[in-house]
Amino acid sequence: MKSLIQKLVETVGPSGYESAVRDVVRAEVESLADEVRVDPLGSLVARKGSKGQDGLRIMLSAHMDEIGVIATHIDENGFVRFTNIGGVRPHTLNGGRVRFTNGTRGVIFMERQDAPDRLPGLDQFYIDIGASNRQDCPVRVGDVAAFDRPFLDLGDRLVSKAMDDRISVAVQIETLRHLKNTPHELYFVFSVQEEVGLRGAQPAAYGIDPEIGISVDVTATGDIPKSPFGKMDVSLGKGPAIKIRDGRMLSDPRLVTLLIETASRAGLPYQLEVLEGGTTDAAAIQLVRAGVPSICVSIPTRYIHSPSEMVDYRDVQNAVHLLVELLSKPIKLD
Amino acid sequence: MIELNPFLKNLISLPGLSGYEAPVREAIAEAWRPMVDELHVSRMGSLHGLRRGQGAEPRRRILIATHMDAIGLMVTSLVEGFLCFTEVGGVDPRILPGQPVLVHGRRLLPGVVLQPPEYLLPPKYSDRPVDMEYLLIDIGLPPAEVAELVRPGDLVSFGQQPVELSGEALGGHTLDNRASVAALTHCLEELQHVHHSWDVWAVATAQEEETMAGGFTSPVEIRPDIAVAVDVTFAKGPGANDHRTFPLGKGVAIGWGPNIHPALHKAFKDLAEKLDIPTHLDVMPSHSGTDAYGMQVVAEGIPTMVLSIPLRYMHTPVEVVALKDIARTGHLLAEFIARLQPDFVEKTLTCWEECE
Amino acid sequence: MTEKSSAPSQVSSLDTAPVDLLEKLSNAVGVSGDESEVRNIVLEQVKPCAEQVKIDALGSVLVTRQAKVENPLRVMLAAHMDEVGFMLVNKEEGGLFGFERVGGLDVRQVVGKPVWVGKKHIPGVIGARPIHFTNAEERSHIIPLDTLRIDLGPGGGDLAKVGDRATFATNFEQVGPTLRGKALDDRLGVATLIELVKNPPPNIELLAAFTVQEEIGARGARVAAHAFNPDMAIAIDATPANDLPAWDETENARYNTRLGAGPAIYISDAGTLSDPRLVRWLVENAEEAGIPYQIRQPGSGGTDAGAIHRQRAGVPSISLSVPVRGAHTAILQARLEDWKNLLALLYTALQRLDRKWLELERR
Repeated sequence: MKSLIQKLVETVGPSGYESAVRDVVRAEVESLADEVRVDPLGSLVARKGSKGQDGLRIMLSAHMDEIGVIATHIDENGFVRFTNIGGVRPHTLNGGRVRFTNGTRGVIFMERQDAPDRLPGLDQFYIDIGASNRQDCPVRVGDVAAFDRPFLDLGDRLVSKAMDDRISVAVQIETLRHLKNTPHELYFVFSVQEEVGLRGAQPAAYGIDPEIGISVDVTATGDIPKSPFGKMDVSLGKGPAIKIRDGRMLSDPRLVTLLIETASRAGLPYQLEVLEGGTTDAAAIQLVRAGVPSICVSIPTRYIHSPSEMVDYRDVQNAVHLLVELLSKPIKLD
Repeated sequence: MIELNPFLKNLISLPGLSGYEAPVREAIAEAWRPMVDELHVSRMGSLHGLRRGQGAEPRRRILIATHMDAIGLMVTSLVEGFLCFTEVGGVDPRILPGQPVLVHGRRLLPGVVLQPPEYLLPPKYSDRPVDMEYLLIDIGLPPAEVAELVRPGDLVSFGQQPVELSGEALGGHTLDNRASVAALTHCLEELQHVHHSWDVWAVATAQEEETMAGGFTSPVEIRPDIAVAVDVTFAKGPGANDHRTFPLGKGVAIGWGPNIHPALHKAFKDLAEKLDIPTHLDVMPSHSGTDAYGMQVVAEGIPTMVLSIPLRYMHTPVEVVALKDIARTGHLLAEFIARLQPDFVEKTLTCWEECE
Repeated sequence: MTEKSSAPSQVSSLDTAPVDLLEKLSNAVGVSGDESEVRNIVLEQVKPCAEQVKIDALGSVLVTRQAKVENPLRVMLAAHMDEVGFMLVNKEEGGLFGFERVGGLDVRQVVGKPVWVGKKHIPGVIGARPIHFTNAEERSHIIPLDTLRIDLGPGGGDLAKVGDRATFATNFEQVGPTLRGKALDDRLGVATLIELVKNPPPNIELLAAFTVQEEIGARGARVAAHAFNPDMAIAIDATPANDLPAWDETENARYNTRLGAGPAIYISDAGTLSDPRLVRWLVENAEEAGIPYQIRQPGSGGTDAGAIHRQRAGVPSISLSVPVRGAHTAILQARLEDWKNLLALLYTALQRLDRKWLELERR
């Protein structure tokens, strides 16, 4: 699975411009699914199975897009000014590298700070792609780029940009691959534009009209020095997290219980997640049409929205086991 | 005959935080069952009660939404037997220190919110309110036992008992919005004795305090022609005295603004005048902050209205309402429904010019 | 690379930009939630020619013009009727009213201005404390909105009531190449859409939405898109032109758009990542027809497209705007030339639109 993860995380696909990622995903799932289609906003939907006894129509969603930057202005010396696509944090940028969808690569740097005790705004950064003037700069206003950082395999720990959420894309693909039988009509959605406001999952769910929604996404941890997430009770290596709550949703309690029971029955490690700040596709799915009971299976991740997000490979594998276990069996929601 | 006071006191004593409304939903279902023809639970956990009208098919539908969920807290982690927590819904951390709470762990556990002494806190809190992340809940048990009984994600509700105040006022937590549930229940009671041609959908919505999930999803299932949200608004009192506030016990607040269909506002206002029900004009220049926000933009759009019951000290464990205002709201609703003509939509709602 | 469409090489064009209509629209009072004065003008204009006109539950006007071909592309065009403004919230003695803002309005733009209250345009003023009563410390702070009042004059208490809406009292005028008035955001779009409803491109089904409540969250557009269920959508709006000199004479890198540089095509704003296929469609048509255009800088701000593109199973969408200086203030300014070019671009591009543009997946 590691080479699949590497291929996915190293692809450039900021929100709105996911087609390169979609091509990788489609190549993997085409032979595994009963039907594959692309919806009007670009999400890939792979269907497997049909509803049997005690079977439900279930939508899973992992988002293909990553945070990135979009060019706003090229100055006369060929430096590129930009703004953010999704939650880009200024303190992760200085000295970093980017790659545009047209292949151009460059360095991000910050202007001298005259008020060093204030966080710089994105307008105080620029990208240097090696041009000397506006005319010979291959980047134009509106071009998009993602962080440029190679995948790093530390054994149990894996590091890359865009673990959020390519790691979950990989989990969904592997779940589809290992799912032998299912009584359910399953829709594996590889959604677009999550990072800019869950924009892809909402219409994708409308198109499917599921009875249950399960997003697969990253969540933060509390196991690092002075974690920005305080005493959050989630750590790397202790299993996939079952989301009880995040910044924009409360998981359906029946699904929380179901996932806990499934994990326990299969002897799989799991953690319980309460995330303050941040959300996933499930928050949008649950409000579609007449409502969709929803939950998220989370991959604990350190350093989210930096160019070096870190996951534990065992959590990733256990997430696959958990989903396969859940989706192979009938589900009764009372 | 449902007695407002004991009914409401019971209602606010039942747990039912956003997303976990089952206990209070069961109590409401029990109260509504004899007064409706059908009762079921929506996908998001809202309670839908249908009281069929007596008009000829196809009948128009009016939906009345009152959210039943409560604000509260949720355990995030355990530290040496104490509980760290976050909020469910909007909770001002300044009202928390010293509050009695109930922790819904493996069993019901009474506890207290502690504000640690300043030498155990970051330096900035010597003269400032302590943020929620540094407050602790103490359930009075040794750490090993706490670890058996409580885990992250467990809910915490306020433990304050209701207080009967003079002038037929009731104090307690979660009167936002169970007071409106009581008003809707009162309305259903009155409807037992009147003829109404429209179908009435009484809806106790889920998750209003967090996601407005009920407001966004119930109308998709029900497809009403009119949707009315009944919620609480700010009563005049200490620290609350401007145009956004209304005297306690002196009538129902009638909403006006982009979130309200002007013809519905006029219809309710005129009816209240006719019936000598005191009302106040409740201007909402932008959004109403109620279920009407979601209901108005469901599918192809629904004409919406907001009725509000004045309430003091909103989102504290000692909210105060006047029972009279609850009865008035229920009565106004019942009278409005009773007088709804089969052609109200065509004759009144599609008029966009004469509604001043 | 998308194939060129096989539309006729000769496309007809619109003769002129309807400035008189724009004047009427600009002078109308239509704050988010009470768009009736504008709505009446729209209805008067579209009823004589449209096959279907409907007012929905929020007050938006939905107009359909059928295509003259089989199996046409169903294209939704949205322009919002509402403007930012005020609502009277509190009545005091002597014709004074406390008020709140509706929509995004910088409180520093509000002071010392005449206003019109309601459809009758009752005149009033928003004054300020005399400078003589202030000191330097006070003047270093923004005047708090809750200290301001709309003053209708001593007898004015009977002329308006709490709940009425008010706008800046700006009379539209044309000054050389410049159009000046209030609410050009988005009466320019409304006038444009009226023009298209009267002269619809024959190859598409035109679904025109004159929306309400855009300024408070694109509420009207959301339900209009659900009702229309279109194949694609274009929001026609106005966008800030902040092409002013910087205080320190450094290059202005955040101009958003420039006055006179043509209609602004959106690649991205805070609410929508435009469908790249539609960006290419507009850019190619502009270049082929020799119509000036500019790319609106990515960044903050939004249009009705933000709500439309998420409706139902998703709607490929884009926005096209007239640059305006002074958006969300008492006086907006646009260049007549930019408006004419927007009309020309839209009209030309729509006539050369067919299903081929949306056949392949979004890329």
